Amino acid sequence: MNILRGLIDFLSTASHWSGSDGIPVRILQHLQYTALGLLIASVIAIPVGLFIGHTGRGSFVAVNAASAARALPTVGLLTLVVTLTGFGIAPVLVALVVLAVPPILAGTYSGIRAVDPAVVDAARGIGMREGAILGRVEIPLALPLIFGGFRSATLQVISTATVAAYVALGGLGRFVIDGLAVRDYSQMLAGAVLVAVLAIVVDGLLVLVQRAVVSPGVSGRTATRSRIHRTGAPRGAGDMPDEDRETAVASLREAS
Amino acid sequence: MNWSWISDNRSMIEAALRQHVWLALVPVVAGLVLALPLGYLASRWPKTAPPLLVVSGILYTVPSLALFVVLPGILGTQILDPVNVAVALTVYTVALLARTVLDGLSSVPLEVRQAATAMGFSRLRRLVQVELPIAVPVIASGLRVAAVANISLVSVGALIGVGGLGQLFITGFQLQFLTPIWVGIILTVLLALVVDALIVLGQRLLTPWSRAGRAG
Repeated sequence: MNILRGLIDFLSTASHWSGSDGIPVRILQHLQYTALGLLIASVIAIPVGLFIGHTGRGSFVAVNAASAARALPTVGLLTLVVTLTGFGIAPVLVALVVLAVPPILAGTYSGIRAVDPAVVDAARGIGMREGAILGRVEIPLALPLIFGGFRSATLQVISTATVAAYVALGGLGRFVIDGLAVRDYSQMLAGAVLVAVLAIVVDGLLVLVQRAVVSPGVSGRTATRSRIHRTGAPRGAGDMPDEDRETAVASLREAS
Repeated sequence: MNWSWISDNRSMIEAALRQHVWLALVPVVAGLVLALPLGYLASRWPKTAPPLLVVSGILYTVPSLALFVVLPGILGTQILDPVNVAVALTVYTVALLARTVLDGLSSVPLEVRQAATAMGFSRLRRLVQVELPIAVPVIASGLRVAAVANISLVSVGALIGVGGLGQLFITGFQLQFLTPIWVGIILTVLLALVVDALIVLGQRLLTPWSRAGRAG
């Protein structure tokens, strides 16, 4: 229980909440690295994923990118880039982007792939051009899986940004690394708890954004929906109520 | 790449690799053993599924370094104890595999389950001889994700002093020397590829019917 008390003491000390190495500053730094890494990764991965999914060319890359990146050790990648190019935010950002691109790419690709070909065919049949099909038909239907990939990437980036404190960056990992250096377990615990709460809160916010952005018809939350639930017949990308399960299964199946 | 460093430190590299394999794969096995009953319970009593999914979702969201630090406080172990890493990775594996097992068992068509019951299979026999084999592909793909993720996560443990191949990254970084870092990355990726291939092999062995159609 003294561990809990140590944690509460650390969090209730006013000086820890102010100054350039206080908790709010660290949270902000952490969010900045995360946001920047995700932004750059999305700008790269989403267009590529849309292209590969819509045209079907280069699918080998998209399908295997996520599995390949999962095998990369984050600490190894971070120490590699920093040893190669020196300290600073740029090399760490490179590592964050390298780790974030594959999940977003895989999610975007599998989302577009999961769209019923009959729907795309019907859209072509009524005269829609490729760009319109992509933007007004495929993307809205693919949003659950795209969000799934994005959420996966967010978790990866927040996790890696925590470890980035080891290569002299800021963020909430700072409390863990610094606390380890002086054997201050309360500080380490505070950093760990804060980053865990941050990750959960950010993920929760993304779920809310997803609920708001994804059309109710796609996510199956409309009043009248035909769910072929009882017989276990194959379900489309849209009619499962729990987007997470479908994301997990779809991305797992794509990886196999 | 300094090859002489590699040959000079071979025993250290081998010890690190052995510890890494142990720390990564024991949680995968333990996680699977724990996840199977959890997934089964959730598929048998659907009301328990949402809490299970929410809790495993939250657990999976916690960053690895954070969990490695919090566990000593909960378990009462030293920070340097490899058990922390093993337990944390087991938690992640269970969180991932429980929902995978649930999805796998849910993917068994109702007609198949009803046919098995009609043929006289008891619930347990039906689970073991019908539902689980059909669920193998889904569970195996989850297992692959979990195993590869664990292999990568063990390296993070090096930051709190638990070795594995992460030790090579620490050494390389502290000495500003690239060779150990490259060796560590290459070995980690190779290990992940080997384990992934082994799981696929296991999946093929457990599902001989998936190859029968192509042969005929």
